[in-house]
Amino acid sequence: MTEAIEEAFRAEWGRVVATLIRLTGDWDLAEECTQEAFARAMAHWPQDGVPRRPGAWLTTTARNRALDRIRRAAAETNRLADLATIGSPEASTEDSFPDDRLKLMFTCCHPALPLEAQVALTLRTLTGMTTPEIARAFLVPEPTMAQRLVRAKRKIHNARIPYRVPPPSLLPERTSGVLGVLYLLFNQGYSNYSLVDEAIRLTRVLVSLMPHTPEASGLLALMLFHNSRRDTRLDASGDLVTLEDQDRSRWDQELIEEGIAVLDAALEQGHPGPYQLQAAIAACHATAPTASDTDWPRIAMLYEAMLRLNPSPVIELNRAVAVAMASGPSEGLALLDSLQDKLTGYHLLPATRADFLRRLGRIPEAAEAYREALELAPTDAERRFLTRRLSELDSA
Amino acid sequence: MKFMMWVCVDDALIGTTEDCPDTWIADTGSRHLEGNQLRPVSDATTLWPRDGRVFVSDGPFAETKEQIAGYDILECADMDEALAIAARHPVAKFGAIEVRPIWE
Repeated sequence: MTEAIEEAFRAEWGRVVATLIRLTGDWDLAEECTQEAFARAMAHWPQDGVPRRPGAWLTTTARNRALDRIRRAAAETNRLADLATIGSPEASTEDSFPDDRLKLMFTCCHPALPLEAQVALTLRTLTGMTTPEIARAFLVPEPTMAQRLVRAKRKIHNARIPYRVPPPSLLPERTSGVLGVLYLLFNQGYSNYSLVDEAIRLTRVLVSLMPHTPEASGLLALMLFHNSRRDTRLDASGDLVTLEDQDRSRWDQELIEEGIAVLDAALEQGHPGPYQLQAAIAACHATAPTASDTDWPRIAMLYEAMLRLNPSPVIELNRAVAVAMASGPSEGLALLDSLQDKLTGYHLLPATRADFLRRLGRIPEAAEAYREALELAPTDAERRFLTRRLSELDSA
Repeated sequence: MKFMMWVCVDDALIGTTEDCPDTWIADTGSRHLEGNQLRPVSDATTLWPRDGRVFVSDGPFAETKEQIAGYDILECADMDEALAIAARHPVAKFGAIEVRPIWE
């Protein structure tokens, strides 16, 4: 039974909150009444059994709680107009059960809110993660996170940030904002699997609600490919394992197959974008039986397509790696020279040069570049990796 | 709902660019309630409390590169409408525009 309630919680929380916000226009009331509806489920379902449509049951229960509360408040302040909307027959949720989660996503990710608040609000309202859980996930004190949420909700109310799916003129820009928040969530959660799972679940919801937005599917595919490797990214001591050295037999084939299906369906729509291209690159890795089978010429071509959409020195660096793998390290080395000024201080530039030089047998120069990278590397795991490479060089 | 737009420009740019808002005001129509350009910050005076008294000093409230050059008041359905109108203001191409709801 607890399982059924947990399942309903994950599946229905966001939907119930989203509907209640539409009906009441009050974000706090919506959250509180949704909370109470789940508490009632906990009390009643074990005896009465799980209702045929748990989502409709929860929404109706939450709506009735809201109705009670508004009725009581209305008696005090004469807010009878509020009652008219929420109590009207169209608001009935048993027959028509519309999905308001898309509106909720767009409002949470509105550009007038600070990015960190967009992320927190998305988690709180759409997944039902509690404020302490979100605070822990982002390593922020709980009062700070609570205040971040309060401020965001206050701004939505005071500055009248609309609760709707944006009109066509704003849709592309706002959609990329939502995708950016979901991807940030996924990346933040790299070492916190519950955030990764929430990010994937929310992206699935977005794809189901916006099936003709191929970039949303592209993002989902990208997440699935990355996630298929999550058990092989770190070794027993917590050190990074490069793609080349990961145990491919432990990659999750089910996720890879789903990723390919999702990506193919997206690409068929004929509007490639950055997420679809990144997913296509991830697919090349995911489908290569061994590292040496990787289709590097295709990867180089996909990076080139990404550069055409969005010129960036980091993408140029990635393309140089793909070119080096496809056509040899000296070709890659030539591409790095032009990046020197654009990527000053970025550790992966000397680390990449070191790798090319090592493969060309230019050992002293490679060692020098590894040392340069070591000085710039931001994390212990990366420093350990580079130190290992450097010592392998000495013993070679 | 009323929104206030603070039109902020680098002082050095004022008068050197295409920033006449007349067309914008006409296009905004009835949603534009009022608006004015302000005299330059060299004409600004600011009051400060000090030791229980009020002091008067020359200049703007904050010494920043971009200064409030004018304001407009809009009547809009929501934030998105206010942002869309503000984005069409000629100064949005080279200055900054702050949009804030008026406390009603």
